[in-house]
Amino acid sequence: MSDFFAQGGYAFFVWGAYGMAAVLLVIEILQLRAQRRTILARLGRLTRMRDV
Amino acid sequence: MALNWFKFASPASFYPIAGRLVPVFWALTIVLLAVGLYWGFFETVDQLGGNNPQKEYYRIIFIHVPAAWMSMWLYVVLVGWAAIGLVFNTRLSFMMANAVAPTGAIFTFLALWTGAFWGRPSWGTYWDWDPRLTSELALFFLYIGYIALHSAIDDTRRADRAAGLLAIVGLVMVPVIFWSINCPDPNQCAALHQRSNLMRIEGNILFSMLVMTFAFWMYSFATGFMRLRSIILTREADSTWVQEILNKENRA
Amino acid sequence: MLRVFWTILKRDLTLAMRRRTDVLTTLFFFVIVISLFPLGVGTEHKVLEILGPGVVWVAALLASMLALERLFAADYEDGTLEQMLLTAQPLSLLVLAKIAAHWILTGLPLVLIAPLVGMQYHLSDTAIGIMMLSLLLGTPVLSLVGAIGAALTLGLRGGGILLSLLILPLYIPVLVYGSGAVQVSSIAITDTQPYLALLGAFLLVAMVFAPVASAAALRISLE
Repeated sequence: MSDFFAQGGYAFFVWGAYGMAAVLLVIEILQLRAQRRTILARLGRLTRMRDV
Repeated sequence: MALNWFKFASPASFYPIAGRLVPVFWALTIVLLAVGLYWGFFETVDQLGGNNPQKEYYRIIFIHVPAAWMSMWLYVVLVGWAAIGLVFNTRLSFMMANAVAPTGAIFTFLALWTGAFWGRPSWGTYWDWDPRLTSELALFFLYIGYIALHSAIDDTRRADRAAGLLAIVGLVMVPVIFWSINCPDPNQCAALHQRSNLMRIEGNILFSMLVMTFAFWMYSFATGFMRLRSIILTREADSTWVQEILNKENRA
Repeated sequence: MLRVFWTILKRDLTLAMRRRTDVLTTLFFFVIVISLFPLGVGTEHKVLEILGPGVVWVAALLASMLALERLFAADYEDGTLEQMLLTAQPLSLLVLAKIAAHWILTGLPLVLIAPLVGMQYHLSDTAIGIMMLSLLLGTPVLSLVGAIGAALTLGLRGGGILLSLLILPLYIPVLVYGSGAVQVSSIAITDTQPYLALLGAFLLVAMVFAPVASAAALRISLE
């Protein structure tokens, strides 16, 4: 297992590259979900205001 | 079969379709990522080549090459949608172009970043003014320019069309830019270097690389459709069908 | 057709001659940027000779880009541009005339001042000649390509900085071959021919397509 994480001594480069990829993709997903929630909440507020 | 494509071209009818497709693309992404990463890390050799071997760090190829391919492909997709939008004046195509742009920019950045982390152990430097690196950087600027121009214009219609035109001009310029960087001295242009040949890559590595490419592609579909749905909701907020969706979700 | 071109050209030149400082600011920007570099990197002859071509070309890029903002701005503000869109003459021809006038006011002065800045960098006479020639062929391309960006960013807040973001990546080919020609001229003068031929080809292609694209951009911006 530790062999796998060491990557023959090149852990910094391999995990540096893969880590950045993982971080960016996860950030994008989270941002998209947050964006959708805010839009729905805002539109929901607008409809309720109209209904009142 | 007389399928009316323009029926799907309306945001109202595409919104639910995209909603149903998003989980499918996520499932495909996860499966492909799992296969590609497993194969890349456990079914491939630790060292490549003879005298001056590429050590374990060559495994960066499994995200580097797919990211670079996707960055270019997504730009072509972006320009394609923008061109369709400019010609046929369809709203949905511009929304597609907008939905693709941020994902493309992220892949471009990833290609540069992973390239730097691969270049350091294999070339001894994080950055080199190599043609491919430099044109990828130019591509990154083109993505940023598209997004910046679009967000600087308040009027949606003008923003769509202006950014679309810019993307088309950019696509025309990309080969010229690449060529000028690739061959700064026109007297000896035969010296093209760093050719790659897919046929020469070892089977396991090629397999894992291609699977990762498809994983990234499916990921682009998933994030693209998610963003598209948000864009549709924002732009069509006042229409009745959006109101109906909101009412349904409020009751649920 | 040609009459329209000349009329617009003459009009723009006359207007600019009434406000000469605009022309001079671009020119002095160019000279100042070039003069600042030796202060930053040291005044050694060898270093300056190597840096010269690149510095001059980058400065030309920045100067012509800064001037682009004003290409359509004045006509946009007083409504002339909208009238031009409504005329029966092809818009791309009018745009081409405007770009030509703009280049005469901002690009041509850079070409003419080149010998002076060449001396600052200890360039040889042949290198200076090649530099003038490459600037003569290259700066119109900058104006032509830049016009597309200027049309797209018309009337936007922060348009200038946005314009640089959009247009500078597109300037790469001109920069590569423009400064390349000057660098090569110090080694073998005959080798510069392909560089200049390429710049000339860029100019011809840009002259055909850039006005069309700029006209389309203007229609989008003014709709």
